Amino acid sequence: MATLNVLVAVCLIYVTFLFVVAFAAERAAMQGKGGWLRSPMVYTLSLSIYCTAWTFYGAVGYAARSGLEYVTIYIGPTLVMVGWWWILRKLVRIGRAQRVTSIADLISSRYGKSNMLAVGVTILAVIGTTPYIALQLQSVTLSFTVFSGAQPGGSSPVDRDSTALLVAMGLTLFTIVFGTRNLDVNERHHGVVIAIAVEAIVKLFALLAVGVFVVWGVGGGIAATLERIDTSEIGMWHVQGDRWATLIFLSAAAFLCLPRMFQVMVVENDDEGHLRTASWAFPAYLMLMSLFVVPIAVLGLDLLPAGSNPDLFVLTLPLATGNDGLAMLSFLGGFSSATSMVIVAALALSTMVSNHIVMPIWLSLTGGGANISGDVRNVVILARRVSIGGVVLLGYLYFRLSGGGAALAAIGLVSFAGVAQFLPVLLGGIFWRGATRMGAFAGLTVGFMVWAYSLLLPSFGTGALISQSIMENGIFHIGWLRPQAFFGIEGMDPLVHAVLWSMSLNSLVFFVVSLIGFPSPLERLQGAQFVNVYEHSSNPQSWSGGAAQSEDLMIMAQRILGAREAQKLFEREAQRQGVTGYLPEPSPDFLQVLERELSGSVGAATAHAMIGQIVGGASVSVRDLMAVADETAQMMEYSSKLEAKSDEQARTARQLRQANEKLTQISVQKDAFLSQVSHELRTPMTSIRAFSEILRDSDRLSAEEKVKYSSIIHGEAIRLTRLLDDLLDLSVLENGQVNLNIQTGNLEDLLEHSVVTALTGSDETAITIRRNRALESAWLTTDLDRLSQVFINLISNAQKYCDAETPVLSIQVNQADGVVMVDFVDNGTGISKDEQAIIFEKFARVGVQKAGGAGLGLAICREILARLGGSVSYLPGQGGAAFRVIVPVRIPQDEV
Amino acid sequence: MNTRKSPLFLERQSYKQRRLIDMIKVLPLVGGLLWATPMLWRNGDDGDVKTSSAIIFVFLVWIALVTLSSFLARTLGRADAEDPQKDS
Repeated sequence: MATLNVLVAVCLIYVTFLFVVAFAAERAAMQGKGGWLRSPMVYTLSLSIYCTAWTFYGAVGYAARSGLEYVTIYIGPTLVMVGWWWILRKLVRIGRAQRVTSIADLISSRYGKSNMLAVGVTILAVIGTTPYIALQLQSVTLSFTVFSGAQPGGSSPVDRDSTALLVAMGLTLFTIVFGTRNLDVNERHHGVVIAIAVEAIVKLFALLAVGVFVVWGVGGGIAATLERIDTSEIGMWHVQGDRWATLIFLSAAAFLCLPRMFQVMVVENDDEGHLRTASWAFPAYLMLMSLFVVPIAVLGLDLLPAGSNPDLFVLTLPLATGNDGLAMLSFLGGFSSATSMVIVAALALSTMVSNHIVMPIWLSLTGGGANISGDVRNVVILARRVSIGGVVLLGYLYFRLSGGGAALAAIGLVSFAGVAQFLPVLLGGIFWRGATRMGAFAGLTVGFMVWAYSLLLPSFGTGALISQSIMENGIFHIGWLRPQAFFGIEGMDPLVHAVLWSMSLNSLVFFVVSLIGFPSPLERLQGAQFVNVYEHSSNPQSWSGGAAQSEDLMIMAQRILGAREAQKLFEREAQRQGVTGYLPEPSPDFLQVLERELSGSVGAATAHAMIGQIVGGASVSVRDLMAVADETAQMMEYSSKLEAKSDEQARTARQLRQANEKLTQISVQKDAFLSQVSHELRTPMTSIRAFSEILRDSDRLSAEEKVKYSSIIHGEAIRLTRLLDDLLDLSVLENGQVNLNIQTGNLEDLLEHSVVTALTGSDETAITIRRNRALESAWLTTDLDRLSQVFINLISNAQKYCDAETPVLSIQVNQADGVVMVDFVDNGTGISKDEQAIIFEKFARVGVQKAGGAGLGLAICREILARLGGSVSYLPGQGGAAFRVIVPVRIPQDEV
Repeated sequence: MNTRKSPLFLERQSYKQRRLIDMIKVLPLVGGLLWATPMLWRNGDDGDVKTSSAIIFVFLVWIALVTLSSFLARTLGRADAEDPQKDS
């Protein structure tokens, strides 16, 4: 019989060995010699943390009680691994592309980097894992007591609680030393992984050794052992079909969803190609682990005294046959199973707790961002360490409170069913773009409530946490809500019942709520990135840079990544941007890279929030939106066609609107024109009618008066004629019906003639005309009569309206590029800016008129010049009213 | 966004690789089906399925799955090594 001291010594040596191996691996990795650390076989072996003490010891006990049912626990993961192409490949790709740090991080990242969801998943994971850690502690203490308690005598020299406490402390120390050495999860925990790989070999070797010993050493060969199996109490197939299927499903689901499995499978994955090897190597490992379970169970039942704990057959069988060395090996196998599980579970959970619970709280308390003082790196590491201690402590407390025993042994499957609740959200997240955050939250909540009510609480035994009356009558005395008989239907296996209802209600609620709601843009982007991870391998999140201060980012990054790492990263990015020094421009690309680096240390949601605090917000670029819409080139072409079409329609609409406006304007002008014409005609008409009535009706008019009245009538008639002539003239000009009389003449002569004509017959003070005849010698080929009409009009206007005391009109001629410019500038007060705009309109008259013009003169001038291919315009800023006439030297042919 | 259109027909090597992936995809379904058959076995002491037969069946399926999976994974690995730019 091995003494306890030897056992403790061997145990200590083994633990020391593990420390040394882990330390050596870390050193090798740091020196860059760790190529072998990243081999596919190490990856495969690290997956073996699936086989915990519960499976190492428990599988035999399970087989002793229920026959072959235990293999379901291994068949599920085997199917998942063999079908790696379906799910695992995608998970690993997403994990690498998004720098996922845990299953909570993956789910939160998928559903719009929601921290609420991450917190929920973390809490549920802790609830689901704590009993499992307690189970490991229990199995280690139990195996200790087997060695010590095998000696007869009531009081065991081993205190269960202190053993468990010691083991818990040792595991915490190991996890802290090798699990929080570096912060970036993407750098991987080489020490931990290699230690787990070693432990994987030890536990497989131990179980195989016991198996070989049992079959060939005790059982007498394969055939004899098979015969012995058939004659034992588990000799006939005795597995219920519903449990068989449910357990396979459950173990497959748990394999994907367990936080510790996610840690080794996705987070610690170095190379996607490793999956390919693991796809067959890990099933082979599982097969070997379960190969000798039934023989050990059968021979244990046969050889050991009735009432022995079948959970410890692996240990007690070699002991009973006097093989102390083998028993020691077996003990180490169980010890390895328990410790590796606790280490990885603590690591995975502490990452989740520190990233999703501690850090957000700490950041919000300290204000976060670049304003925080001190080194965030230390805070994160401290948070991790405290979380590791907390998680293991919780397991220990659970172990103490539950008192160990059978209640704890049953927790394995209960725990599996708990974490399996992540499955719909996980698979929905990576395969269905319609999955939303609210759907995920609702589904998880419902699934966990049903699980807790129908499986977790009853598992402590009726009357412990759930009362007898609820078990029998349902909550609130509603028979349909009995924990193990929903809808009043009894007779289902409690586990099958709970798994069926929790999973289906979880999925249903998740699905329906997702359908009803509408996801936020970030959720949709992340959804597209996750579901179409093979098409997009870049991070979709665009930061709108510019507002961000590179220096602030540098300060923050240094605190999280460490000064050296951060400077290296910034320098590299700066070089990539072609900037010298350490501060790259805060371009969206750079911010993406930085966010991903940070998320490796503090999780996606926290990294996003921290950068957001400095940068001031994320923007969704058009390209990203296109990715969401998942438009193919064809779709884009179609949409650009549509766009062109709608542009055209918009143009047409604009043109129509313009035309309509013009028509309305013209209609208004026409009305105004008509009313003005009527008004202009009416005034002389009124005088003519009045005076002609006087002449007709009064007999006693003096000859003088008659002459006077007749002259008025005559004058008004002339004015009317002139007005009608002007109107006719304008109408002819506007309609383009005018016949031009093209002649060639000298400008000087033309001006001379115009001045003389304009000034003759005027009784007003003659205006002084200033000319520079030297510049006026230009030959024009145009309608000279019409041009002269324009000049006369402008000169007589100046004479009429120039309000200077000694009115002067200067006429300046310039020639350029085949046109002649004639400026008429007087020395009056000019025309105000408002009126400049309207003087060329019909009937426009400036100010209070002293002369009774009809206001058509300038309008006619404009029309004439338009016909002659020239223009007339008001020339502001000349010290008085100034008009510039531009006329081509030779009239353009198309005007003729 | 992947605007590059994949061709309708592939050359022989890529075609073979696709079929290899099809086989990898089908493997878990076949395994699941085989491992589901125990549900049809008659249960209990009046049944006629011995535990030893059950063990042999379950483990034969297991060995077959591991062997096939190993073969397919290695073949795929070789194909990938020859055609590294292929997105596997």
